[in-house]
Amino acid sequence: MAGGLFHQLDRTGRNLLPVSVTILAMLVGMVPLPLPGYAMVTVPLMLMCLFYWVIHRPDLLRPLVVFAIGLLQDLIGGTPIGMTSMVLILAYWLLITQRRFFLGRSFLMLWIGFALVAVGAAAVQWAVFALMTATMLDGRPVLVQALLGVALFPLMAWLLQRLHRAYLS
Amino acid sequence: MKTRNSGSVVRIAAPLWGMVQRFYFPLLILAAIALMMIGHVNGTAVEQARTRVTDAVSPVLDVMSRPAASVADGLEYFRQLVDLHDENARLREENARLRQWEQAALRMDAENRSLRSLLSFKPDPAATVVSGRVVGDPGGAFVRTVVVTVGEREGVERGQAVMSGQGLVGRIVQVGDWSSRVLLITDLNARIPVVLESSRQRAMLAGDNSDHPLLTYLPPNSEVTPGERVFTSGHGGLFPPGLPVGIVEKGVDGKPRVVPMADLSRLEHVQVIDFGTTGGVAAEAAQPGAMK
Repeated sequence: MAGGLFHQLDRTGRNLLPVSVTILAMLVGMVPLPLPGYAMVTVPLMLMCLFYWVIHRPDLLRPLVVFAIGLLQDLIGGTPIGMTSMVLILAYWLLITQRRFFLGRSFLMLWIGFALVAVGAAAVQWAVFALMTATMLDGRPVLVQALLGVALFPLMAWLLQRLHRAYLS
Repeated sequence: MKTRNSGSVVRIAAPLWGMVQRFYFPLLILAAIALMMIGHVNGTAVEQARTRVTDAVSPVLDVMSRPAASVADGLEYFRQLVDLHDENARLREENARLRQWEQAALRMDAENRSLRSLLSFKPDPAATVVSGRVVGDPGGAFVRTVVVTVGEREGVERGQAVMSGQGLVGRIVQVGDWSSRVLLITDLNARIPVVLESSRQRAMLAGDNSDHPLLTYLPPNSEVTPGERVFTSGHGGLFPPGLPVGIVEKGVDGKPRVVPMADLSRLEHVQVIDFGTTGGVAAEAAQPGAMK
């Protein structure tokens, strides 16, 4: 049945959306923008994708895939290998246990939730990096990065929602 | 699941699977920690993996960074249109000043050449330059590196100096087939022996992930004048002496810092420079990971 096969392919393609969007977000985050100080505070786009998809479609963004994406980020980024994976998995764990709480809440609650996750992720990252390199790094860029993420979250959430509705419902 | 119906397999596998399910996240986190340990101990394997992955991703980044670059160019164009008049006046003045310097330089060049001929001076081998585009600054808040589109095919080697038009940018730390990674002079791990222009004071330029790296190992009683220029000193053999690095400033914390001459936040193209010295990698091997 050709129709069945195409249907299957179509569905597989659609189901790959969360993973591909998250990988794309990672790559976009690496593109250099000639803004002063931008390189230091790259927006945590990947965390936003993770937040959105774990709450809405955790079945399409499995922890193991998130782990692999984090690993990829560390390999390309030159950060200690495993660091991003750990932070993303911690965020995933937290979100999946609190998923019921977030589902069906107002956008404001989601936003506050993301703010908590972003600041928490920044803190964990900072602590892990400090442990790994045995230096007390200036924490401000990390915090600014998290806050920038919080500020841009509505825009990203809107984009992801458009994609979600267009391809996965 | 198919195994659900077949007796003995289920009896062993099901509880095991349950355990894995239950401890899925802790196991993944343990795996991440194990990876960090491995990366810490076995640097070379991780380094190789990084090179491979960066090589694979750099063409994608190359394509993706082009629109960003053209948008930036467009914005820059309009910004320049606004202060075209002032800029013109400034350039006229600068041009007049530079003409005087040109005369001085020509005179000195002639003098220099005649003196060299008297001394039978052996000049340094000429440097060869490869230019590449910056396609990624992936490190975020923790690592100050950029990925450039030149690699082994273009003759890039580890340890080579990377300059932008105005000054030193960093050093090549990882070379793939068609991409390489540059450790910027602002990175936490960057250490460059430098010399101050007029006082001839030697110091170590130490990055701390901020935009302005620190001047360290200055003698306690030495006075550093803000505005003085800083060059590589060539000690340690990694960089040739005399590459312009930056200008001394007094940091907000009172420590002497260096404002890099190259604008590291808007690097678009960089030059990888081969000075034909063999000391670089050897000097690096003596102190791996550090910019000796």
